Amino acid sequence: MFYREAGEFKTSYVDDNQTFPIRFDRWRYYAVLAVAFLVVPFFINDYWANAVLLPFLIYSIAAIGLNILVGYCGQVSLGTGGFMAVGAYATYKLMTAFPEVNLFFHVLLAGGITAIVGVLFGLPSLRIKGFYLAVATLAAQFFLVWLFNRVPWFYNYSASGQINAPERTLFGHAISGPASEPWAVYLFCLVFTVGSAIIARNLTRGTQGRKWMAIRDMDIAAEIIGVNPLTSKLTAFAVSSFFVGIAGALFFAVYLGAVEVGEVYGINKSFLVLFMIIIGGLGSIFGSFAGAAFLVLLPVFLKNLLVGTLGWPTDLAAHLELMIVGLLIIVFLIAEPHGIAQLWRVTKEKLRLWPFPH
Amino acid sequence: MPDQLLFGMEVFLNGLMAGVLYALVALGFVLIYKASGIFNYAQGVMALFAAMTLVGIMEGRVPFSHLINAVFGSNVHHFGWHLPAVVGIVLTVGVMVLLAWLVNALIMKHLVNQEPIILFMATIGLAYFMEGLGDLMWGADIKKLDVGLPQGINGTIDQITFDAFGYGFFIDNLDIWATIIAIVLVASLMVFSQYTKQGRALRAVADDHQAALSVGISLNFIWVLVWSIAGFVALVAGIMWGAKSGVQFSLSLIALKALPVLMLGGFTSIPGAIVGGLIIGVGEKMFEFAIGPMVGGATENWFAYVLALLFLVFRPQGLFGEKIIERV
Repeated sequence: MFYREAGEFKTSYVDDNQTFPIRFDRWRYYAVLAVAFLVVPFFINDYWANAVLLPFLIYSIAAIGLNILVGYCGQVSLGTGGFMAVGAYATYKLMTAFPEVNLFFHVLLAGGITAIVGVLFGLPSLRIKGFYLAVATLAAQFFLVWLFNRVPWFYNYSASGQINAPERTLFGHAISGPASEPWAVYLFCLVFTVGSAIIARNLTRGTQGRKWMAIRDMDIAAEIIGVNPLTSKLTAFAVSSFFVGIAGALFFAVYLGAVEVGEVYGINKSFLVLFMIIIGGLGSIFGSFAGAAFLVLLPVFLKNLLVGTLGWPTDLAAHLELMIVGLLIIVFLIAEPHGIAQLWRVTKEKLRLWPFPH
Repeated sequence: MPDQLLFGMEVFLNGLMAGVLYALVALGFVLIYKASGIFNYAQGVMALFAAMTLVGIMEGRVPFSHLINAVFGSNVHHFGWHLPAVVGIVLTVGVMVLLAWLVNALIMKHLVNQEPIILFMATIGLAYFMEGLGDLMWGADIKKLDVGLPQGINGTIDQITFDAFGYGFFIDNLDIWATIIAIVLVASLMVFSQYTKQGRALRAVADDHQAALSVGISLNFIWVLVWSIAGFVALVAGIMWGAKSGVQFSLSLIALKALPVLMLGGFTSIPGAIVGGLIIGVGEKMFEFAIGPMVGGATENWFAYVLALLFLVFRPQGLFGEKIIERV
């Protein structure tokens, strides 16, 4: 009844090309943004920020990044954890080398550095495809983690081999280090998340996104109709790594504060982000958010239910969680290979006709 | 002979032995990939699960005891028996066959004709599920697995090499046994696929699903068979690795080590898996021995991947893989 394009008259190309062509969608989007920016910061506390909101925002960025590479360009990557580590260590080196520069720019620069590394490891994609490429990206994962573990320059020769984020402020409020304020950190991450989503959304529906999708659907055919596989694949790697690098930087600098690279950015992180985009939906920005929310909330929910309500030991809950995540992935692949995003699309189609479906 | 050369030879031999074990895991991948086009990421977890089940059965642990105790407040842990290794292995093979059947009936049957990447993701899901299931059934502690294989330094080789070079090589008995068992396993698989009816059917399915269907081969049966064989190979690999370093989570990571082996050898070739395994095993040990100390050590973590990556740039289908032909 409310959700339909009937009665909306577009009089300019700008109107016609907007991201949310339906009025209801547009208002919903503004409402979500308003709540996220204006309401949540006043009610946020340490638990909510650290258990739910910050991981959700940061993983969303990583998922958007990976989705560009896997979902839009069709190049499967298992190196996400390694690229996140690049972002984190780049931020760390920048933070300690240039303390007077704002963290915001450090994070952006770290994204840029990750993009360069991503292009380097993306070069084999020009020769290798499919599974072979997926396994080849594992080389990035293991090599990068090893590099950050073994070369002392990266962790400033600290005795523990860990990296610790020093305190940095933005407009007088601490956003990294032990004294950071949850609402400030939340807003800092939110800006990056919203920015990433807007950039990604517009990239993927423009020329570049169409080139990526052409490569994904069939690279030889795309080449024949004039899409340059070299630049398309490498830009996909660059853009994807940029977002993933930002996610890694935020994960280290404002969320965790101290990082041991093998534990935090190991192969499990790569799989986790991959699951997010599978469950959320390949080739969908909304899907990236949905998948990130799902996989961030699921462990919290299970832990509260099993440990909090039923009083089971934590290790049992952890095992059950693994099983449930695995099972959900299989169920999603069988029932809805296109993920939560597809469910949402179907719902929207239904809503359009509601309440008169015929 | 100079010391460095002797050490190098010892490292080479040990690398060869490690390579055999990699090849063993890679073999399980190749079998399933050839027969059903599924890249089974869960192979490593299957090895872990098989080894855990074997330990659990042999020691008479109660499955899901932690869960049962947590739900009902009871206190059960052991049935109180100790089974000999042979019985344990037979029962575990039974469990793996059951698992193969379940995987096919519940998962793979519903994913026929999906894209390979979807199937791959499904097996990652399966890997997570089985990892959780194994821990839930048998507990997450590090278990000792002893099926009666000899362990420790091989005295004969030590003696012979000491007499010949004045320096005794350290070769683990277990590695020698693993090599022998792997050779027997590969030989019997070869014989099975060349000379038996089911083996021929298996090769036919690998060649062309639809043609195999049309001459009356049951795809379902072949898939269950292949997954069972892969489960058996996983069990053998699990026993070897488990006996070597205990049954624990890191066992499932050997699947990741098997991936570069596959890339090097080609996904579709059994000889490729073996040669690739040997190259990777020897290569990473020699690299760690020669270059490792200069760059901070632990190069084994990534050497195999980088080697495979560089190799693939020049030969995308691997050493023995079928040539990739693309049509528009």
